[in-house]
Amino acid sequence: MEERWSTEHVLSLSPDAASSKAAGKLSGPGPWSGVGCNGTALWGACKGSGSTPYRTVVELATPAYQCSCPSRKFPCKHALGLLLLWSVGAQAVPNGGEPPEWAGAWLADRQDRAEQKRAPRAEADPAAARRRAERRSARVAAGAQELRLRLADRVRHGLADQSTAASPWEEVAARMVDAQAPGLASRVRELEDLDEESLLSRYALLHLLAAAYERVGELPEPLAATVRSRIGFSTDSAELLAGPTVRDRWLVLGRQDVADERLTTRRLWLRGAKTGHPALLLAFGRPGQAPELAIPTGQLLEAELAFQPNARPLRAVLGTRHGGPEAPPEAEAVPPGVSTVRALAGYGEAVADDPWLDSWPTVLTGVVPVPGPGGWQLTDGQGALPVHGTPQSALWRLAAISAGRPVTVFGECGHRGFAPVTVWGENGRATGVSG
Amino acid sequence: MTSVQTDLWEELRTTALLGTDRRPLPPASGTGALAAAAGAVDRGDPAAALLELAALATVRRRAGLLPVPAGPPQPAAPPDQRRALPDAAARRLAVLLSGRGSGTGSGTGSGTGVGALANLAELLPQWLAGARELDYRPPAALVPALLDAARARSELRGDAVALAGPLGRWLAEHNPDWSYVRRTAVESRAAGSEQTWHEGLFAERVTHLTRLRRSDPPAALELLRGTWSTERAEDRLLFLDALQEGLSEADEPFLEAALGDRSKNVRTTAAELLSTLPGSALGARMAERARALVQVADGRLLVSPPTACDSAMQRDGIAPKSPTGRGERAWWFGEVVAATPLAAWTTGFDLTHDQLLALPVSADDGDPADGEDGSDSWRDDLREAWARAAVRQQDARWARALLGPAPRRAGSVRTAGSPAKLLAVLPPAERAAWTSSFLQTHGLGDAFQLLGACATPWTPPLSTAVVAALERAAASGAYPWSHSGVLGMTERSLSPATAPAVEALAADASPDSAWAETFGRLAGTLRFRAAMLAELNDNG
Repeated sequence: MEERWSTEHVLSLSPDAASSKAAGKLSGPGPWSGVGCNGTALWGACKGSGSTPYRTVVELATPAYQCSCPSRKFPCKHALGLLLLWSVGAQAVPNGGEPPEWAGAWLADRQDRAEQKRAPRAEADPAAARRRAERRSARVAAGAQELRLRLADRVRHGLADQSTAASPWEEVAARMVDAQAPGLASRVRELEDLDEESLLSRYALLHLLAAAYERVGELPEPLAATVRSRIGFSTDSAELLAGPTVRDRWLVLGRQDVADERLTTRRLWLRGAKTGHPALLLAFGRPGQAPELAIPTGQLLEAELAFQPNARPLRAVLGTRHGGPEAPPEAEAVPPGVSTVRALAGYGEAVADDPWLDSWPTVLTGVVPVPGPGGWQLTDGQGALPVHGTPQSALWRLAAISAGRPVTVFGECGHRGFAPVTVWGENGRATGVSG
Repeated sequence: MTSVQTDLWEELRTTALLGTDRRPLPPASGTGALAAAAGAVDRGDPAAALLELAALATVRRRAGLLPVPAGPPQPAAPPDQRRALPDAAARRLAVLLSGRGSGTGSGTGSGTGVGALANLAELLPQWLAGARELDYRPPAALVPALLDAARARSELRGDAVALAGPLGRWLAEHNPDWSYVRRTAVESRAAGSEQTWHEGLFAERVTHLTRLRRSDPPAALELLRGTWSTERAEDRLLFLDALQEGLSEADEPFLEAALGDRSKNVRTTAAELLSTLPGSALGARMAERARALVQVADGRLLVSPPTACDSAMQRDGIAPKSPTGRGERAWWFGEVVAATPLAAWTTGFDLTHDQLLALPVSADDGDPADGEDGSDSWRDDLREAWARAAVRQQDARWARALLGPAPRRAGSVRTAGSPAKLLAVLPPAERAAWTSSFLQTHGLGDAFQLLGACATPWTPPLSTAVVAALERAAASGAYPWSHSGVLGMTERSLSPATAPAVEALAADASPDSAWAETFGRLAGTLRFRAAMLAELNDNG
């Protein structure tokens, strides 16, 4: 028999506060009829304002949702409400039983598609693919060379003169897009509005990246992979999952959603309980929709991960899950961490492998957030790291949970400081700092 | 964070800013591996070489970062011994705080279906009061949002600051946005001491004074007297307010002295306190003035308003200029009567308040400056001032007499003073009954302030009367938005027991009409409130 999720777990799937609220109102048995579950899915019909009730199905493993309501939110309040109802226990949603036909059809369809996905895809024409790849690397190399010349030109005339430079960086970025080097393009775009302090280092690292690509064939393979991925070569998830994977019990250290007008990007940081390996999963959603990938912070998930090749493997894709996420045993609820000195040393080691690395996921242990003259710092009594990239509201949440006492904080440690993501307070519970 | 070496970096930066055309490339420097790597850089193109040297320096700097030295340790927040809020109630608080100030907060509004909720901001005060009553400790992560909410809405401050507890105070010390916390008096269970009075934060001092006043009024007065001359004017004003409770003749000399205070607000407050103190010298002085202004003759009350506001009157708290620009003599008259003990009238004329109120009133000299119909005007002025006195002296018998029975006939029935304020003097059940019968005759039109004066949540009979009035309004073809004020109040005050009746109204209203939506929302809010209050009491 499957374990039912906690309310927190269900609500962590919600796209926004309004949906959580609406789902809360649908979490009682009142509006529901024909509810049931079979261990892998649950279903039910929810009375709305119209005459036909909405039909809602949730597949638990992914999770995936299907509802006949017109909502553009995903998952909709009915799916969340059904999950909440189910999370209460077997009285509200009885176990066993067969899904009704409409739910069964959708579930079967999903399964078929998942199996098709798993089937190995035959490469259509290996020779043509090779020719395409060669063509692209020649274009990228030409783009990298042009970028190096542009950078050197600017340095020759002086960066202080930047405002009078003939061609703005936006135009150079467009040429990098043409050269099929999207990673270079976005790094070039970032040069547009930089303070003088960080200007030279950004130029220098971009120069280093372009130069590295020009001799990527001579680099050791892990570093070459790092350069390629930073230039913008991506590896297909399916291809990655076909390769070696790492099975572990992954603790979710933190989650962060960043939305712009086109996309919501979710970052999910994990750490292997056995391997101690860090991992970063990315998921995307359209505006107003939460990305599908959701595992609550602080939970453990036994699964296979496939890492993108890199001198410092971190980006990964989620493969087969072995069971659902669950709360860790009490002794493992708060992840072990390091001191501030060790944290920066760890970042330093990572930079030695991948010089373009801005930060490295790090758990700090026994740190207190304190206000300093230049902003907040995390201090462990020996040393202090400035807090960076954290909105005021998040800082105060962090300060409140600590209340001036040492806490465990997960975040990204880098040359600009420490960006907190999750804090474990006295009660050992993980709380997302940003919200 | 600090980095190991910066000389070469500064050289590189300056050269890059000016341009390698203008400034030579700095020589390779540093030690060991860095110098070796720098030495290996091809200097054929100075610009490219500079970028490579800068890349070396950047990576070396990043790889070698060290933490900055830790500052001196800072005091932590005192521990909070209260029990934790139940999980469901904590989630509810998060929802209430996130919904504040954003209208109905229903996002895109698509597919909201039946029972959209009322503005959550209406429900937060009740939640806070309930949680405070039960002495819970809120989750630390929500305390900043709680303090933010109360910063924007001062009526929440008392409850929010009490609920936020020691953590809230500790946070407020670090954030100037929350400085109001220090100035918010809170009843706490921890005992204060004389030391608190001399060294505590303002709010702690007020708390200490208020608590002492409750247990030992003379000691509280003594404490205040000890530091009075050194307190700031705005603090003096709030300390003086604390004396309101347990006011007795022992306080009179102190208050008399405060009539000569440097601050006008302190003087006025002292005068008001004295005027509510039975048997005070100020009350006697006012009564004497009043006797000169109103006389009984030939079964009438004859009014002769003051002709000047002398310095003695000013010292007793009467402003020489009317703040509203009314006629000066009418203003002085009103001020004197409002500050006169009501007992002075009944004993002075040996009449009951009912008899006094029944007497016709006219101007002693028939001064035409007071209008063509001078007598009516003086009657109104007198009743108005009596009403203010009844409110100030919390005299339920006078308030009841002035208010009269709820008017039976619809139309403009005038009551002296503000009926809502007079109502507030009466016991809660009587207030609710009076307002119910007012609603039955007059509907919702003029009921807003009266309803506001009733204790929340409304009693079941009053709630039923309000629902019936809403039903009549809907049937009469009125629009819900013409009653938006009352509806807003209804959402936070209606008894949850009324939910089935409201749901029935929602079902009866024509589908998709504004009233269907209004009743549906109201029913949703009532259910939300009932759930919210149940969660607070759930200790499972």
